[in-house]
Amino acid sequence: MEVLSILIDWFPYVLTGVGATIGLVLSALALGFAFGLPMALGQVYGSRPMRSIIGVYVWFFRGLPILILLFLFWFGIFPAIGLGSLSAFVVGAIVLGLRGAAYQSQIFRGAIQSVNEGQMIAARSLGMSRLTAIRSVILPQAIRIALPGWSNEYPNILTDSAVCYAIGVAELLTITSRIVTQTHVTMPIYLATAGIFIILNYGGLRVLHGLEKRVAIPGFGSGAV
Amino acid sequence: MNDNDCVLRVEEIHKSFGDKEVLRGVSFDVRRGETKVFIGPSGTGKSTLLRCINQLTLPDQGRVWLDGEEVTNSGARINHFRQKIGMVFQNFFLFDHLTAVKNVELALLKVRGMSKAEAREKALTELRQVGMEDWADHYPAEISGGQAQRVSIARALAMDPDVILFDEPTSALDPELTREVLEVMKRLAREGMTMLVVTHEMGFACSVANEILFMENGVVAERGTPDMLMHDPQFTRTKDFIGRFETYRQGD
Amino acid sequence: MDLAVFTFDVLLPALMKGLIVTLQLIACSAPFGFALGILVATGRQYGGRLISWLCKTFVFLIKGTPLLLLLFILYFGLPGVGITFTAFTASVVGFILCNGAYNAEYIRGALISIKDGQMIAARSLGMSRWQAIRHVILPQALRRAIPGLSNEFIYLIKYSSLAYMITVIELSGAGKLVATEYFLYTESFAAVGIVYLVLVTITTVAVNILEKRLAVPGMARGTTAAQL
Repeated sequence: MEVLSILIDWFPYVLTGVGATIGLVLSALALGFAFGLPMALGQVYGSRPMRSIIGVYVWFFRGLPILILLFLFWFGIFPAIGLGSLSAFVVGAIVLGLRGAAYQSQIFRGAIQSVNEGQMIAARSLGMSRLTAIRSVILPQAIRIALPGWSNEYPNILTDSAVCYAIGVAELLTITSRIVTQTHVTMPIYLATAGIFIILNYGGLRVLHGLEKRVAIPGFGSGAV
Repeated sequence: MNDNDCVLRVEEIHKSFGDKEVLRGVSFDVRRGETKVFIGPSGTGKSTLLRCINQLTLPDQGRVWLDGEEVTNSGARINHFRQKIGMVFQNFFLFDHLTAVKNVELALLKVRGMSKAEAREKALTELRQVGMEDWADHYPAEISGGQAQRVSIARALAMDPDVILFDEPTSALDPELTREVLEVMKRLAREGMTMLVVTHEMGFACSVANEILFMENGVVAERGTPDMLMHDPQFTRTKDFIGRFETYRQGD
Repeated sequence: MDLAVFTFDVLLPALMKGLIVTLQLIACSAPFGFALGILVATGRQYGGRLISWLCKTFVFLIKGTPLLLLLFILYFGLPGVGITFTAFTASVVGFILCNGAYNAEYIRGALISIKDGQMIAARSLGMSRWQAIRHVILPQALRRAIPGLSNEFIYLIKYSSLAYMITVIELSGAGKLVATEYFLYTESFAAVGIVYLVLVTITTVAVNILEKRLAVPGMARGTTAAQL
């Protein structure tokens, strides 16, 4: 079948696209976690000004379409502050990460807030400082509660990674489009790409579920809210 | 077979859930205006029996007739029969998104096709019957359990059923609320409504039942009038059961 | 060029034109996306084996495919098999499918959360299954699904921007065109961003009001994971 031969010829190229996509997704998750968790802590335990600032950040990065965020940073902000030489991939990864942080901060915030009040009270009554209590008692529970939220986030991040096509990142959708333009075969290629995305999507979710199970504590419900 | 007085005929109902046989051949007739009360240990299939009558649960074997027409195996006609067989549930199952009067109205509008004015009037009449007309515009969440159960009785009554099935109507209520519901049920019985009641309320059973049926192991083990139950030495198992009940109640 | 002049003579008019297209996209997609969501959710929950499987597969495929790819398939791919949509139509079809699939999941979650007793009571009064679904189950389920459905609507507002990628000059497209012509990128995109933020914020407020209006005492709010 013609399509099959095309796919086989172009396979290495497609693979680079898949690699870039995975890279974008992992960056979004990692940056999202690295910034999202502190932001969540800031929103739950921080001062009023801090909560406001974080609130604005979240509102901004959640309220704008990913397309606009990418355009804004790629064409406007980064060049304006002297970071114009960043590759599209890096810009894409950063923007997805910043946005991921906004969403994840809310997931963690909900999780932290849903950890039983009594946990903190008990910890403090044993003489722990606030920081220690947060680190050793609240967070371990909160993170497990938040994991299912990641399962919701993941498909969104995957979809957003495809939008990076708009700024020329050589991820899967971009690669696919180039193949289509060059071979003039459209539907079969697009459908095959959809298939790859579906595999990435559900494969990733499987991994997340596996992770949830591995860190689960017996009897400890993961129902977040 | 078509005794004009016989409203409901139930014949050889069998039902198993998995490999547990819950009903092993239950048969009885109900005449117009009769009140039959089913008592017995929990898990003996009394609720299942009621649900087999209006086919909310499909019996494995057995047949049911309402006014001479067969209810079992009636396909889509079952909706027609269900209008004539009212049911009141232990957990009331009021429609949470509707006020009391709208709960009573809904089936009148959608199933019996009444006009809005007719349905509203009938609904209010039935609510008045159970003493809940002042609460017509309240939602289920805003009324007590006993009040909710009375609304649910009104809802069943509004369909003008030939017979009403009561499935442990007061088991989910605490004692004070139980009384108000039993009062409504007693009045209905005295006014000639044909009723099948599954309950643990012995006082109620003895005061209004025309016949008490004691169920054990999926069959009707003993049956008789309240009088017979009290005085006839035959009814050992029933008396045993009631006795255990009474002792328990005296004990606490 | 003076910034003020740019803003008022060039940018804003262009953005307003684009905004109208965006609003048209949303107005055409949202009602059908909502209807599709109800159909697929009830089909999955109450339909027979085949229908249930079809609904399940539909959601699986749509959720697993990036919307942008779906739009490409509809606009660039379908002509290859003889179906040609205009860019606007392709966008609307794509949005309806995506919105519908996600709505279906929220509605299905709400349907499942309705206690069995509601259906039992309705049927015991002689209602047919579909009457019970229409008059008893759905009114409650849709109320519970409001947080999720409104979340999806807000996503719709945002992903309508992807229509630009298949040549529809809606709000984002208008902004990009002005930006590239005048080399005023940050300003143009910032303005576009502000418009989206305003749209999203207005919607959020409107939804809160709607939810309060429709609330029934005692009916628990639906899953709030969507509000996270």
